[in-house]
Amino acid sequence: MSLSPPAERPRPHTLTELFLAFTFLALQGFGGVLAVVQRELVERKQWLTPDEFLEDWAVAQIMPGPNVVNLALMLGARYFGVAGALAALAGMLAAPLLLLLLLVMLRARFADSVAVAGALRGMAAVAAGLIGAAGLRLTASFARSPLPAAWCVALAALGFVLVALLHCPLVYVLVGLGGLACVLTYRRLRP
Amino acid sequence: MNPPLHLVLSWHDWLDLFGHYLLLSLMSVGGAISTTADMHRYLVEQHHWLTQTQFNDSIALAQAAPGPNVLFVALMGWHVGLNAGSMAAALLGVLVTLSGVLIPSTMLTYVASQWGHRNRELRAVRAFKQGMAPVVVALMMATSWILGSANRNPATDWPLWLLAFGTGLLIWRTRIHLLWVLALGALLGAFQLI
Repeated sequence: MSLSPPAERPRPHTLTELFLAFTFLALQGFGGVLAVVQRELVERKQWLTPDEFLEDWAVAQIMPGPNVVNLALMLGARYFGVAGALAALAGMLAAPLLLLLLLVMLRARFADSVAVAGALRGMAAVAAGLIGAAGLRLTASFARSPLPAAWCVALAALGFVLVALLHCPLVYVLVGLGGLACVLTYRRLRP
Repeated sequence: MNPPLHLVLSWHDWLDLFGHYLLLSLMSVGGAISTTADMHRYLVEQHHWLTQTQFNDSIALAQAAPGPNVLFVALMGWHVGLNAGSMAAALLGVLVTLSGVLIPSTMLTYVASQWGHRNRELRAVRAFKQGMAPVVVALMMATSWILGSANRNPATDWPLWLLAFGTGLLIWRTRIHLLWVLALGALLGAFQLI
């Protein structure tokens, strides 16, 4: 009954491949993994199309818990069930956790290094740019939305103002603006 | 700054810590970082298990290191354990806090996403997934904005803003590997050019 995806669609073939993919992805994520996740999963590995990424990200975002962890879990579960979910989760967390514990033990030595502080500052600025670019790339999907593209842009702009400039709590924006967007979409989808 | 803490933690305390993080997990819509205010109240103000410095350090270090930001929770556990006196306790702290903050949310997400995938042809499920796209884009742009303007001093921080903006354009328009750009940012910062 279920539609099987086309055979040539890229996907991980083993749990090890899944684990390593998420380990590699997590270790590139300075200042958070969000900037890297779209680049790796959509553009390099092509496990997800941009539209699928946005849909899964919406679910990962609205559920409690860290959103990149939720996304890894959902993707792992889709390919290999519970085992896949655990492999993706372990990939996302294990190596970065070990690295972090190593850093916290070494940090006293570098606590007042100007160069280290500067490098961290530079990487944080780059990370901000990376996340912005990932968001801009995803606007391409507005053209395929059931909503008119202009509505999508307006909703996105309003969301940005509410969260970034007015500092509205995320819950209200997700429920209020997200709810509005979902209702508008529902009305435009064929029953 | 703060005097070091020397704690004696009983099994009851560890369970209390675990239980509190289980609860926080269910409230962590938008990521564990959105519950930091409550973690501060619980760990620093109520129980005095962490110093203010340790609390701030846990967040700053996890932000700077690669990996999901949720790992700051593990560092809080690590510091609580260290305050209780041993490396073994520190590792126990990592286990207790990280598993506490992840188990409920991951189980909930697993069940919800499997349900959503099975019912993906339902009009309501399609409306949710497609309708949320503009909001998701908005949140990513807002995250970028908030991270990029964290220091908030345009007079001295304009080179950082320029770097963030330039990076954004470069990644948006080209297929250059992210690690090259990160390395460039690290070098510019290390040599105090930004």
